[in-house]
Amino acid sequence: MTRRPFARRLTDGLVPVIPYLWLGIFFLVPFLIVLKISLSDPAVAQPPYKPVFELSDIVSFFQGLDLENFEVLAGDDLYLSATLSSVRIAALSTVLLLLVGFPIAYGIARAPARHRPLLVALVILPFWTSFLIRIYAWIAILKPEGLLNQALTELGVITDPVHILNTETAVYIGIVYAYLPFMVLPLYASLEKMDDTLLEAALDLGSTPWRAFWTITVPLSMPGIIAGSLLCFIPAVGEFVIPDLLGGSETLMIGRQLWSEFFSNRDWPLASAVAILLLIILVAPIVVYRDVEARRVETQR
Amino acid sequence: MTRRLSLFNVTSLVIGFAFLYLPILLLVVYSFNASRLVTVWGGFSTQWYGALFRNEALMEAAWVTLRIALLSASLATVLGTLAALALTRYGRFTGRTLFTGMVYAPMVMPEVITGLSLLLFFVAIGLDRGFWTITLAHTTLTMCFVTVVVQSRLMTFDRSLEEAAMDLGAPPLRTFFSVTLPLIAPSIVAGFLLAFTLSLDDLVIASFNTGPGATTLPIRIYSQVRLGLSPEINAASTILIGIVTLGVVSATVLSKRSLLRSQRNAH
Repeated sequence: MTRRPFARRLTDGLVPVIPYLWLGIFFLVPFLIVLKISLSDPAVAQPPYKPVFELSDIVSFFQGLDLENFEVLAGDDLYLSATLSSVRIAALSTVLLLLVGFPIAYGIARAPARHRPLLVALVILPFWTSFLIRIYAWIAILKPEGLLNQALTELGVITDPVHILNTETAVYIGIVYAYLPFMVLPLYASLEKMDDTLLEAALDLGSTPWRAFWTITVPLSMPGIIAGSLLCFIPAVGEFVIPDLLGGSETLMIGRQLWSEFFSNRDWPLASAVAILLLIILVAPIVVYRDVEARRVETQR
Repeated sequence: MTRRLSLFNVTSLVIGFAFLYLPILLLVVYSFNASRLVTVWGGFSTQWYGALFRNEALMEAAWVTLRIALLSASLATVLGTLAALALTRYGRFTGRTLFTGMVYAPMVMPEVITGLSLLLFFVAIGLDRGFWTITLAHTTLTMCFVTVVVQSRLMTFDRSLEEAAMDLGAPPLRTFFSVTLPLIAPSIVAGFLLAFTLSLDDLVIASFNTGPGATTLPIRIYSQVRLGLSPEINAASTILIGIVTLGVVSATVLSKRSLLRSQRNAH
């Protein structure tokens, strides 16, 4: 290749440099700051933390850092149970999402080709409308005097209203509802590519439909299952809006804990420590997700 | 093979779509409720829409949100397109693994972490919280979505068109603006719309980074929802849903029409 003029090499070089720098400054650096503040002491000041960074004295910088906030986290059962229940709620929601999402994705993949773009668009459309509004809509439905109880009483199914709002059940409903497009789309993408003749062959050879489903359809849609599950599990662990609006005071979740440390208790170092804890839980799934996504995009060619 | 929908397929589609759309439909229906009690039907009325437009705090919040969304989506579109070009056209440059990590992580990262870390960053550099901090935060989050949308178009792109232009003597920058850009334009528009909607919608990141005079619509709606259901919020939601639906439907029709036109021109 011929040597390109300097000016052109300069403009070419800027293409990766600008977004790289932006993400470095606004994504990577903030994390280092969170890490730093999680290791510093709270202060009654504005901003409410003690700055520990003094370029002039590196020694005092390291002396100022301690694991006190993490000791608070480890010593208080609240954080342990919030962490465990976040992971449990997110994991169970992901399983529910798979159970609800798979039949829908399968139905779309089996529909006539000319209808499929419309069906996919119908799955995506709710995602474009506000998340907050879609969760808000469920409050009116799940309230004790809400629309669901009205309908069930009207139909004679129940005599006393069922309490769903402000329980964990409402959180599951909210997460499944809000995250459904993120589960259906990756599942559909792998199911659509599936070769139908494989299923036919299995059925011709005497396999039951159920067995054919488990030995052919499920393994072939594994990339979609993994991508969809991670896409739902990771943000669900740190979910704030859904447990806050639907879960009531009894639903403990770590994202909500971070919010209240920050906004109610104004303890920024402890909120940072909670963020680091949340991040430690999610590092492995995020790395796997990045690899899966990068591979999917690269194989699109 | 003739694809035929079994009864099971049809049932799961019907139930699935009912689940997705019924709550939104109920929300819209009850925005026309005459009763102040959101869940008790008291006859048809449009009074809450009038009340909405007289609610100055809500109108002010809508205006702030719109300006933040427009500005951050525009910035995110430029940055995201550059990032997509970097990922598809620059091979294995130094630090590529870190770069893809920084692009994919914000999309799944719980918003409380992104919001908190950006806030602490803004405090550390001494930037006052408000309009600009929310805009910068939204740009950072949404540029990653733009990157993925534009990148997937660039991946399936026919490079021979660019090579032809270069062979005919067009300099790279000119080739980019007269060949590449028009061809990837639909994905850039789609990326912009996605960034715009995400910014319009965000509560968590905006809450962490907001300051005096920069109360966005989601923050305002959230604080009202915490106090209980309000028919005004139903009316505001209905308007938002209407705008989004109109936008998505017209974008779909437009892209279909331009696709048809380009197919016709190709023959």
